[in-house]
Amino acid sequence: MRFLLDTEQRDFADALRGLLTAADTPAVVRDWSRGEHEGGRALWGRIGEAGVFGLAVPEEYGGMGRRPVELAVAFTELGRYAVPGPLAETVAAAVLLDDGEDLAKRFLPGIASGETVATVAFEQHGYGFALDGDAADVRLAATPEGLRLSPGAGAVRRSLDPARRLTPLFPVGELISTEPPWAEALAWARLATAAQALGLGLALLDRTVAYVKQRTQFGVPVGSFQAVRHRLADVKIALEFARPLVFGAAVTMTPSDVAAAKLSACAAAYAGARAALQLHGAIGYTAEYDLSLWLTKARALRGAWGAPEECRRVVLERR
Amino acid sequence: MTTTVDLTHSPADEEFRAEARAWLRAHVPPGPLPSLETAEGFAAHRAWEAELAADRWSVVSWPEEYGGRAAGLMRWLVFEEEYWAAGAPGRVGQNGVSLLAPTLFEHGTPEQRARVLPPMATGEVVWAQAWSEPGAGSDLASLASRAVRTDGGWLLTGQKTWSSRAAFADRAFGLFRSEPHLPKPHQGLTYLMFDLRAPGVTVRPIGRLDGKPAFAELFLDEVFVPDEDVIGEPGRGWRIAMSTAGNERGLTLRSPGRFLAAADRLRDLWQARGEPESAAARVADAVVGARAYQLFTYAAAARFLDGESLGPESSLNKVFWSELDLALHETALDLLGAEGELADTPWSEGYVFSLAGPIYAGTNEIQRDIIAERLLGLPKGRR
Repeated sequence: MRFLLDTEQRDFADALRGLLTAADTPAVVRDWSRGEHEGGRALWGRIGEAGVFGLAVPEEYGGMGRRPVELAVAFTELGRYAVPGPLAETVAAAVLLDDGEDLAKRFLPGIASGETVATVAFEQHGYGFALDGDAADVRLAATPEGLRLSPGAGAVRRSLDPARRLTPLFPVGELISTEPPWAEALAWARLATAAQALGLGLALLDRTVAYVKQRTQFGVPVGSFQAVRHRLADVKIALEFARPLVFGAAVTMTPSDVAAAKLSACAAAYAGARAALQLHGAIGYTAEYDLSLWLTKARALRGAWGAPEECRRVVLERR
Repeated sequence: MTTTVDLTHSPADEEFRAEARAWLRAHVPPGPLPSLETAEGFAAHRAWEAELAADRWSVVSWPEEYGGRAAGLMRWLVFEEEYWAAGAPGRVGQNGVSLLAPTLFEHGTPEQRARVLPPMATGEVVWAQAWSEPGAGSDLASLASRAVRTDGGWLLTGQKTWSSRAAFADRAFGLFRSEPHLPKPHQGLTYLMFDLRAPGVTVRPIGRLDGKPAFAELFLDEVFVPDEDVIGEPGRGWRIAMSTAGNERGLTLRSPGRFLAAADRLRDLWQARGEPESAAARVADAVVGARAYQLFTYAAAARFLDGESLGPESSLNKVFWSELDLALHETALDLLGAEGELADTPWSEGYVFSLAGPIYAGTNEIQRDIIAERLLGLPKGRR
């Protein structure tokens, strides 16, 4: 029993933070929202080179072997910087396509290296939309017959998070697998989303703490008012108790732990978003201010890969 | 990269778990004991402590010489999981074991440990805490009860209140002002132990919300305390009392096992009531909250065992468990419907107890102030 990230895992997080800080993600996110994917694809490539997608891919196909704990470490950082794109979807695709044979050979090396962006329209994903189908190279559609390689995406539907471009997939195309590992893919995508939400919430808290320290009213920083302090303390509590659920889920990968992590991390991130908006006041309500990139994603991730009630249902199932 | 994050207990710890489980299965009383907050229940709980102690299960984390099993933090967590899962009784000695004993281990003399700890382990001496005063609650350092030097000891005079367990307990420990001339309120305080039946002590039980005398007021009129019952240096009481507050005590005040077991029973109750959809979310949140608390504690324990000081993190912990406990019991009473208002049931007893959680051991408002200032770095403000 040693429930603590090791030095290598913490160094990995530090390295990713360095990479993402240098990447000016807000500009990348805004371009991505307009369907301009060039900067986002370049960033995706660097994230792939850093080994992030390889954490869901066996070594024989160019990955690092499946490492859910390191994946959670990495996705926390991707969330912290509001990195756009079908991140959890690409992880799900890596699991769905890992048949140990032809599909794996055909697709996994590209996913691991960051050359291939994949997305998937999955029943649990809701509404049959795939995230960023217009940007993806591989579009997987779940159909009654199995997994199909969809030839194209429909018109983009706007999300509450402008950086999430929702696209219906045509449920036609090459039938590549009749019995893909749905449940496993769902668990991996759910874990990735939970970690992303955790990072998002941590960033929202950091930004808001910094803001209330420098914003003065009535001659003092607004962060000295107890109503403000206690609200941020509550966000801190929610995040610090979501964190061990996320990493605990990565260790056990049981459906119940993964659902608990998704539920709690998304709830904490959303509480962080609500507090961030309220405490920034009107400036926080503008699209122009970069905080909006995190605020809108906190709402969207709640519904992705298992809305709260779905996660609670899984938690209540007796094993 | 190698994954060393590990949630598996060692084989030795699992063996310990099996031993604890077997003992508890053979000894835990079949039904709940009468309420701890009644004379009859207090005696029954005291007898249970003696039964635990006879086989060295009452204070597993203590060294063997004082009646423990020298169990490390992880093994203590395992024991607690088994203890509460077995439906075993509440712990009447909790105040002494979780507040006074860690202070004695850190600041007491060998003589004090040898004299105080063994009868604490058996329940022969039950301890009450004497911190709060009518004018000193959240602002504890403003306390006014005095300790005045006399031949061979100290004379205590003043009033303590909200003293948990004091209605039936034997002895108490707390802070007293011994150097009233010093400028800062937390200076010149002395940490003392005293007998609740000593001449000059008047104990007036206070009924908590349901009328049971769960705590008491203590009136002290020149109560003599010998020097041997001063913990640490006179005048340094504040530092001594606080030094254990942020460390292991933050982890051991309420164990995760307690809430895991309560959440399990809540899920059983929900199932027995036909799994009403209206309560599903709250039941699930209790189950998730208990798991979060368990994993948080494992992570904190790992850092603690690495030599890190937990400090203000224990404030996160306090707010979380106290709110979890309350929400869990509220959900249970709601599931029970009209029966939920019946007093003296295990759920209603737990509910009344949980109502105090956000208030004692530092109110949750004080904890949030600590989180804001010491974890988030926000500027100090008016309380």
